[in-house]
Amino acid sequence: MGDNPSRSENATAGDLGVTGRHARGAGTGVSPSSYEEPPFGGGGALPKKTRFGMEAGFKGLSVAAGAMVLVIIVAIAVFLISKAVPAINADTENFLTFNQWFPNETQPRFGIAVLAFGTVLTSIIALLVAVPIALGIALFLSHYAPKRLATPLGFVIDLLAAVPSVVFGLWGRDVFMEPVRNFSAWLNEYFGWIPIFGGDGPFGRSVLLGSLVLAIMVLPIVTSLSREVFMQTPGMNEEAALALGATKWEMVRTAVLPYGKPGVIAAVMLGLGRALGETIALALTLGVVFNISFNIIENGGNSIAANIANAFGEANETGRGALIASGLVLFAITLVVNMAARAIIYRRREFRDSAA
Amino acid sequence: MAKRIEASNVSSYYGSFKAIDSVSMVVEPKTITALIGPSGCGKSTFLRSINRMHEVLPNARIEGSLTIDDQNIYDPDVDVTAVRRLIGMVFQRPNPFPTMSIYENVVAGLKLNGVKKKSVLDDAAEQSLKSANLWNEVKDRLGRPGAGLSGGQQQRLCIARTIAVEPQVVLMDEPCSALDPISTLAIEDLMFKLKDRFTIIIVTHNMQQAARVSDKTGFFSIDKTGDPGRLIEYDDTQKIFSNPTEKKTEDYITGRFG
Repeated sequence: MGDNPSRSENATAGDLGVTGRHARGAGTGVSPSSYEEPPFGGGGALPKKTRFGMEAGFKGLSVAAGAMVLVIIVAIAVFLISKAVPAINADTENFLTFNQWFPNETQPRFGIAVLAFGTVLTSIIALLVAVPIALGIALFLSHYAPKRLATPLGFVIDLLAAVPSVVFGLWGRDVFMEPVRNFSAWLNEYFGWIPIFGGDGPFGRSVLLGSLVLAIMVLPIVTSLSREVFMQTPGMNEEAALALGATKWEMVRTAVLPYGKPGVIAAVMLGLGRALGETIALALTLGVVFNISFNIIENGGNSIAANIANAFGEANETGRGALIASGLVLFAITLVVNMAARAIIYRRREFRDSAA
Repeated sequence: MAKRIEASNVSSYYGSFKAIDSVSMVVEPKTITALIGPSGCGKSTFLRSINRMHEVLPNARIEGSLTIDDQNIYDPDVDVTAVRRLIGMVFQRPNPFPTMSIYENVVAGLKLNGVKKKSVLDDAAEQSLKSANLWNEVKDRLGRPGAGLSGGQQQRLCIARTIAVEPQVVLMDEPCSALDPISTLAIEDLMFKLKDRFTIIIVTHNMQQAARVSDKTGFFSIDKTGDPGRLIEYDDTQKIFSNPTEKKTEDYITGRFG
């Protein structure tokens, strides 16, 4: 009881044109009931908390959004599994190791081995080509290029990310194939003793072509994310490196690259996700051969997503189930890749967290 | 180990903006020189001109001459990274490399200089951390992240990192302004200790600090915003703080300056 009146006395004294100190000194007490609006600082009884306000509303919305992710993931998994299991049961060969794909016959025979191998091979080659180039571009844009050049160039890179994959596929098939074929023949002539460049043709619609087209598609994602990460390097860390006598490249190696590493890994994983799931560009550029081969320049190659696009139209009930089963495998591969990336980032979390 | 810095008529520009005008001073080896003055008066610019760190900003240049033991720091043939190894720098806010451990932070400069031998690096790390009065606090956790230390410890870590490459001169740009009084005292003690080996130039806003630690003090000021900063007075610290020649210096030191 003692607190409330004295607080309101101070607060309302201002309204009467008398400062609180004067009011108290003169002994002109103002009763709590005489004011009409409590001041911002409070006064009177503590207000009740709002039961249904913005606060609760936003909390509910964000919880719902978070829950929706789980629901969607579970729904997809249930769909994939429920369709895939009957087809795999109908398979007369081992689904994981068999090298052919005849799910539409009365005795369905199909296996994921070739497709999974082709998917991983094309994606890995695409990343091997794209990541070094992307990091080079990202470093150039963030630390070497003058601003006048970096801004438009960054914009062009982002534009490259907006090109639809079917356009890349058509371009790869109609334009890019010729130079790749010539390049493959050259590789075959001089480096034919390396098994991946061996064989006697024909060349062209090969894993190499598919991978290079994929690399071009992955490039802008990895570039723009890495550039963002590199640009966030604290200026004071760059200065610290320079003040120790680092050259620009040494500064980049000491301060920029280690700081950006988790972000770069995330960028590469996003790129890998795109490469693994890419459908139409690969369907248009790969030779579609069911055969596990490390030769990357001869006609051939296949991938899970490309196979789904090529075979779905002619598939019967079991055939569709088989394709969905291959989709399940793709889902699993992507999951494993993502978890591996998380693990890499997680290992150094102590350093990242304390840096903030 | 310590060298003499001589500036004569140094003017520093960022593009067409003149940040400091015609500064001349001589800094003797194994002394501590404090640069004081209001914000924006060019103390930091002058400090960064000494190890050419101001060149990090585009279009920065100086006129006049800056020498270290009579060698021209701005000679076109001089390797700028060599200048910065010779003249180390500690910054206003502690800036250990966030991705590196305490140990890696200390030896970062040595590694940049191509030192690879583990025993040499280990020795240097221990010596530098001891010199920076930090060894006892961190010797059991050298592998932990440098950014996990307290602010004062981080700043001493940065000092250890700077002196690990054995520079001749150490520049400190308001090294205590982000620290509490106890950490500040720790750094000041450290400066006295380092004075035996290095020439130290420190920019500070804390006049008690300047009075406590420095042998000589330079007072910078500007007439109004946009004007270049000038060195108003440069003399023994005792004289500056007891009986300055210039009225402006006296006004600033006694707190009558805006």
